[in-house]
Amino acid sequence: MTDAAASRNEALRLVATLTIAGLFSGISIVLAYRTTLPRIQANQRAALERAVFEVLPGTVRLERLAWDGAKLAAGEAGKGALQESIFAGYGADDALLGFAVPGAGAGFADTIKLIYGLDPSGERVLGMKVLESRETPGLGDKIYKDAKFVAEFRALVVDPVIELIKGHGERDNQVDAITGATISSRAVVKILNQTNTVWRPRIAALAAQPPEAGDASRPVPATSTILPPDVERGGPVPGGLTGDKP
Amino acid sequence: MSSASGRFLPEMAKGILRENPTFVQVLGMCPALAVTNSVLNGIVMGAATTFVLVMSSLMISALRKLIPSQVRISTYVVVIATFVTVADFTLQAMLPAAHHEMAAFISLIVVNCVILGRAEAFASRNPVLLSIADALGMGLGFSLAMVLIGGIREVLGSGSFFGIPVFGPGFEPWVVMVLPPGGFLVLGVLLLALAKFAELRSRAEEQRSRAAGEEPR
Amino acid sequence: MSATLLTIFFSALLINNFTLSYFLGLCPFFGVSGRLQTAFRLGIANTFVLIITSFATWALNTYVLVHAPYLSLIAYILVIASTVQFVEMVIKKTLPALFRALGIYLPLITTNCAILGLALFQTSRGYGLIEGLVFAVASGLGLMLALVLMAGIREEAELSNVPRLLRGTAMSFLIAGILSLAFMGFAGLFGGS
Repeated sequence: MTDAAASRNEALRLVATLTIAGLFSGISIVLAYRTTLPRIQANQRAALERAVFEVLPGTVRLERLAWDGAKLAAGEAGKGALQESIFAGYGADDALLGFAVPGAGAGFADTIKLIYGLDPSGERVLGMKVLESRETPGLGDKIYKDAKFVAEFRALVVDPVIELIKGHGERDNQVDAITGATISSRAVVKILNQTNTVWRPRIAALAAQPPEAGDASRPVPATSTILPPDVERGGPVPGGLTGDKP
Repeated sequence: MSSASGRFLPEMAKGILRENPTFVQVLGMCPALAVTNSVLNGIVMGAATTFVLVMSSLMISALRKLIPSQVRISTYVVVIATFVTVADFTLQAMLPAAHHEMAAFISLIVVNCVILGRAEAFASRNPVLLSIADALGMGLGFSLAMVLIGGIREVLGSGSFFGIPVFGPGFEPWVVMVLPPGGFLVLGVLLLALAKFAELRSRAEEQRSRAAGEEPR
Repeated sequence: MSATLLTIFFSALLINNFTLSYFLGLCPFFGVSGRLQTAFRLGIANTFVLIITSFATWALNTYVLVHAPYLSLIAYILVIASTVQFVEMVIKKTLPALFRALGIYLPLITTNCAILGLALFQTSRGYGLIEGLVFAVASGLGLMLALVLMAGIREEAELSNVPRLLRGTAMSFLIAGILSLAFMGFAGLFGGS
C-alpha cells in the first residue's frame, strides 16, 4: 500500500515540478516580451524608414500596401510574406513619391535581400539599398560598399529590362558591372528584374483603381504587423550586412 | 558560510584559466567560431552567455533539492531556454544591429554545452553562492576566449580592432580570417600555442623539482 | 519553384554546409574518432531527426506560434528533445543492433546545435513545408558529408607521424579549417545563370 502511495507521490512531484517550471518560464517570457516590445518595434520601424528614405528620397510618410491576391490595399499582409507587400512613400505635400519594393534572390554566396524605389508609374528605379548579403568581403560586398554601383540605381529606366553591362553602358536601362564581382552585380540586377515582373503590373492596377475614400488620412498602423515576420526576425548569419551599417 | 565565501574567488578563477570552457574543455564551439569575426560580436555573445550561465546556475542551485532526478535535464533546459529568450529580447531592444548579425546564434546559446554542463556538474550539487562564482568564472573565461579569437580575426581580416582601424589605408586585409575557415584555423593555432605553452611550463616545473631533488639543502 | 528547391538543396549541402560554413554540429564533428562507420550512422540518425524537426517546426510555425511568436525557442527545444526521445525508443524496438551501435550518440543529438539551428534558420527564412523538408534532407546530408570526411582523414592521420603538440584537438581544427576552405570553392555554383 505504501509503495503505491509512494510512487504516486513521486509521479505527482514530477508533474508538479514540470508544471511549475513551465509556469515560471511562461510568465518570465511574456513579461520580457511585453517590456521589450515597444523598443523593438521602434527600432524596426526606424530601420525600415531609414531604408525607404534612402531609396525614395524626400519621403515623409510611409504606408504599407499588401497584395491580397486580387488588388493592392493598405494594411497588413499575410504571414511571413515580405514578397507580398510594398511601401508607398509620400512627400512633404502628401504627393505620392513612389513605391519601395523589397526583393530577394540568390547571390554568389547566399541570398541577397534588398529594397528599391520605383517611381509612381513603375517605369524608373529611384534608388536601391542592399539590406542583407553574405557576399565575399572585398569583392562581392562592393554591391553595397561601392558608391558608384549603388548610384547607378538612382535614375534607372526599367523598360524593357535592366541590363548588366561589363564595362560602360550608355543607355538608361544599363548598369555597369563591378570588376571582379560580376556574379554579385548580376544577382542584384536579376533580383530587380524578377521583382519588377511581379510588382509593376500590380502597381499599374493600383493606378487604374478608383481611390478609396479617406485613403490619405488613414494613419500608419502602430502595431507590429506593419513589419512581416521575417523582417522582425532578421537574418541568421553573422558576418553579413545588417540594414543599419553605413 | 565562511568556508563558502572563502571559496568564492578560487571557484571563479578556475573558469578563467585552468578550466577555461573554450580552450581547455573545448565546449561551446558553435558560437565561439560563428560570431567571433569581430570583437564587438564576441563581447556581446560573451555577455549574453554569461548572463544565461549565471541566472540559470543561480536558479538551478537554489532549487536543487526540489527538482526530482528523473526530470532534471528537462527542467534545466526549460530554465535555460527561458533566460536565453529573455536575453534575446533584451539584445533585440538595446543593440538591434548586433542582434541582427547574430540572431540565430543568440538563440543557440540554449544548446551551448557549457551551460547545461555546468548545471549538471556543479550547480545541481553546490550552494547558490558557489554556483554563481563558478558560473561567473566560466562565463568570464568564455568571454575572454571570444574576445581573443575575435580580436585576432578582426585585426587580420578587417584591419580594425573593435571598429577602430589599426593599420594604415594600405593594409590589404586577410579576408579569409573573417570567413568560416579563419575561425577554425585561428582556434587551431591558438590551441597549438596553448599546448606548447603548457608543455614548456611542465618542463620548467620538472626541471625545478629535479634540481631541488639533486641538491638537498 | 524547382529552381529555388535546387538552390536550397545545394546551398545547404555544399555552398553553405552546416558544419563547415555555419559551425553547427561541431560536438560530434570533433568527437568522432576516426571510425567511418560510426560517422556514417551518426549522419543518418541526424538526418532523420532533422527531417522530423523540420516538419514539426513548420507545423508549430503555421498553427501554434502565430499566436505566440515569443514562445518559439522553448517550443522548438521541447519538440526536439521529445523527437529524439521518440526516435530513440523507435530504434530500440525496431533496429536493436543499430541502437547498440549508436549508443550514447543519440541523446547527444538533442544538444546538437544543428537541429535547433535548422529550426531557427527555417523560420527566419520563411520556408514552407516542402522547402523545409528539402532543407532538412540537404543539411543532414551535408552534416554527414562533413562527418565522413573528418572521420576518414583522422583514420589516416592515426597511421601518420603527427607532431606531438598537434595531436588531438589542435589538428582537428586545422583540418576543419582546410576542409572549410575547400568547400568555399563551391560558392557561385548557381551564379552563372
